[in-house]
Amino acid sequence: MLDNIRKLKEAGDFAAINQLIPYAGVIGLEAVVEDDTIITILRKRDENIGNYVIGAIHGGVVAALLEHAAFLHLLYAMDISTIPRIINLSVDYLRPCLNRDTFARATLVKQGRRIANVRVEVWQDDPARPSAAAHAHFLLT
Amino acid sequence: MPEDTHLAQLATAFEGIPHCRELGLKIISLEPRRAMMRLEYDDRLIGNPATGVIHGGVISAVIDTVAGLAASASVPVKSAVATLDLRIDYLRPALPGEAVIGEAECYRLTHSVAFVRALAHQGDRNKPVAHCVAAFMLNSTGFSVADSGKA
Repeated sequence: MLDNIRKLKEAGDFAAINQLIPYAGVIGLEAVVEDDTIITILRKRDENIGNYVIGAIHGGVVAALLEHAAFLHLLYAMDISTIPRIINLSVDYLRPCLNRDTFARATLVKQGRRIANVRVEVWQDDPARPSAAAHAHFLLT
Repeated sequence: MPEDTHLAQLATAFEGIPHCRELGLKIISLEPRRAMMRLEYDDRLIGNPATGVIHGGVISAVIDTVAGLAASASVPVKSAVATLDLRIDYLRPALPGEAVIGEAECYRLTHSVAFVRALAHQGDRNKPVAHCVAAFMLNSTGFSVADSGKA
């Protein structure tokens, strides 16, 4: 898995890295490299709805998008010797995520020897109006 | 027994959530302020193909749902519930091939907020896969049984 990821990373093919993960396909996660950063996209999908009263995406799916974006960003931003493993994730839900394409971008706040701290934001129309935000810790050893 | 009717309505509404149907997330038990749900293992949910361990996002979905269910089971049937925040500690990898059970309890209820703690485990709650604390906003534009009939 790690060798595979390294080869694909060298080729700059993050879409292929994303496709290695079965669950990403189930909820419709995609990855694109844009302006030297990874944008993780959650495609509009009726099966992702958690609130059919207002037609909003399930909070757990939004959390999955945040976690996945953080994970892909770590693969992109660091020289990895193991696959980063999530320690914890704290999500703030700021606005309802309606059922359409949703985007996430992460920043590496701190990379230590064993731990990375990552912040992530999710938006739909305007990156300046985030729908959700999170911070997460990952284990690097 | 209006209380039981309320819980029965809640159970139907939650199991009818499109993403819960997609995952196959089922309610095991439901009482005022407490809920328990179960998710069977499925290869589609894998996050690490090298180990077969399911994606952390699946655990998030189980926990957000069961915590929201416990919050909803703490308030009158007409109240809408929306997740304000959710913090999850991933304590150990979920064992491949085994179901995940989510348990949640609303431990403090105010006029506006339900405070909930939740656990995900695989049969032994002394060996949790994940632990969570969450806060839910009450009476906002969240999910409610009262409106779900219109959907």
